[in-house]
Parts: sequence; structure tokens; C-alpha cells
Amino acid sequence: MLINRVFGFLVIISIIIAIFTGKVSVISVEAVTAAGEGVKKVFGLIGILTLWLGVAKIAERSGLLKIITGVLHPLVGWLFPTIPKGHPAMGAILMNLTANMFGFGSAATPFGLKAMEELQRLNRNRYSASEAMCTFLVINATSITFMPSTIIALRINAGSANPMEIVGTTFFASCVSTCVAITADYCCRVYYRRRGRI
Amino acid sequence: MQYRFLSTVGNWFIPLFLLAVFLHGTYKRVPLFDTFVEGAREGFFLAIKLLPYVVGIYVAVEIFRGSGSMEFLFAPIQSLLEFLGLPGDILPLMVVRLMSGAAALGLTSDLLDKFGPDSFAGRLASTLDGCTDTVLYIMALYFASVGIKDPRYSLPVGIAAALSGFVASVIICKMVFS
Repeated sequence: MLINRVFGFLVIISIIIAIFTGKVSVISVEAVTAAGEGVKKVFGLIGILTLWLGVAKIAERSGLLKIITGVLHPLVGWLFPTIPKGHPAMGAILMNLTANMFGFGSAATPFGLKAMEELQRLNRNRYSASEAMCTFLVINATSITFMPSTIIALRINAGSANPMEIVGTTFFASCVSTCVAITADYCCRVYYRRRGRI
Repeated sequence: MQYRFLSTVGNWFIPLFLLAVFLHGTYKRVPLFDTFVEGAREGFFLAIKLLPYVVGIYVAVEIFRGSGSMEFLFAPIQSLLEFLGLPGDILPLMVVRLMSGAAALGLTSDLLDKFGPDSFAGRLASTLDGCTDTVLYIMALYFASVGIKDPRYSLPVGIAAALSGFVASVIICKMVFS
């Protein structure tokens, strides 16, 4: 898996280069600090996940999620032909994508993880990503950005005369990356299906 | 104007969504608190399950950033970028953007301070940071959460899409801002 190679590469290269540039002492400090930061990040996630998974459960049990899914299914259903209509996976995917687009980052992760859980139920091979998972993750990872609120805040802090002027360019670039993601995903799906059959 | 509109939408979306969920739950006679607790219980364990993945990625990205490896490895590509009339400093931002949102935000902030938010480099950095999400981090985390070992074609597709977003950022910024 690519992530193993990236991980190994980053750690090995960093240490070797630090030895040559005389920054070895930095490595130990950075490693420990970063580990702490990671734990902080996860602790932040605990509250968010607990809250939203609780709310999602109510929406699921009352049938609200199913209603939302039914209404929005025509919009994104064509991207996920392997998900049966009205399946809860679709609801979670929709909630995740909506939250992402409008920059409610905190609600996006819980629904994203919930979507993965539901998709895993539909998955035939427990250890290998299903087509729907691949499609969901490439769209999620490149999601269209209407409002990059954190960056706007950064620009305001840096004293920008017009902090908003990057909204249009960001929207355009994120649309390109999402379109490429959807197209490339579709091509790979078709290619792997054909190869699978032969 | 647009910002105000969208941040208003943001402020209203979550409360209204919560209200809708609770009203509909009451209407359907769902035991609200019991159901909430039932779903919320998963939250803690899910977060703890993700801990090693998050820490691993954070450590790798931070020592990579702190060791000065980027200045060292990217120098040739950076001179190529400069030759094309682009600020070389945006290359580390692109690489880090794929792995860590927090680290990328740090780099963007540095670039805004160094070049000014209204310079070409500042605008380009802002666009680059917003144009895609952390592909490697998200995939590692989401697949890990359900125990998927083989991501199949998703990782290369995600990275290719992110790269096309970077190229699109450069092109649109060149067209709009210079």
C-alpha cells in the first residue's frame, strides 16, 4: 500500500537529511511534539464524533435520514450505482458532502466515517475497498469548496485588503479537482471491472 | 457580501438541522435521549481507534517539515517553478497539503506573512490550500476506520485529482491575478 511507502520515505529521508544538515536534535523534539498534537486532534474528535453520531442515530431511527436521502438521491445517486436506493449509506454520504462543501468540517468527519461503516456492510470483500468507497473517498478528499472559511480568516489576520478575492479561484480549482476525481474514478471502475471479468 | 451570506447559512444550518432531527424524532416517538446515547457511544471508541493513524501521520509530516528535507529535496523543482514565473515556496505547501491540513495551514500562514496576503504568491497559496483536502490523510483514516487493507485504485485517483487541482489553481490565479 502506497501509504506504507510514503510513511517510510518521510521518516527515513527526514532523519538522514537532518543528520547532514546538523538538525538531528530537531527530530526528537518534533516527533514528540507532533505525537502530542495528534492525540490532541483525536481528543477533539471524540466530542465531535460522540455528538454527531448520537444525532445521526436519532435521524436514522426516526426515518429522517431516509427522507433526506430520498429527496437528494437523484442528485448524486448516479455516482454510486452499487448502493441500493434508500440505503442509509447514501444518507451519510450526502450529509458528509454537504457539510464539507459549506465548511462545517466538524460535522463532516462523523458522517464520513458513518458512511464508510454503512458501505462496509455492502462490501463483499472485507479487506478490499468497494467501488462505492473509492468513489466516495475521491469525491470527499477533493470536495468542492464554496467557502474556504479558515483561509479567509487567515487572510484577514494577515491584513489582506480583500480577503474574499480567493473564493472564486478556490471554487474553480476545487471544481476541476472534483471533476478529474469523478472522471478518473469512473474510468478506473470500468477498467477494473473489465479486467476482473477476463 | 457573499461571505456574510454564506457564514449566515453556516450559522443557521447546524441549529436548524438539529431542530429538524429532534422535532421529527419527537413526532415519530423515538426515545430521544436513549437513542442519542446509543449512537454517541460509538464516538469514543471510533476516535480511539483512529488515534494511532493520526499520530503516525502527524509525526511523519512534522519531522519531514522540521528536518529541512523540503528545502533540500525540492530545490531543483523549485528552480524550475521560479523559471516558469511561479514562487518556489508553494511547492512544499502542495506536498504537505496532501497529508496534513494543520501543517498546510501553518505553511499558508507563513507564506501570507512572508509575501503579503495580496501578493500573487499569497493569493496562489490561499487558493492552493482551499482547492483540495488532505487526500492521503483522509484515505488512511477512513479506510482504517472499517479495516480496509487494500484501497485499490482510489489513492492514485485521489492524488491525480489533487494534482490537477493544483495545476488549475496556478492557471486560474495567473489568469485572474496577474
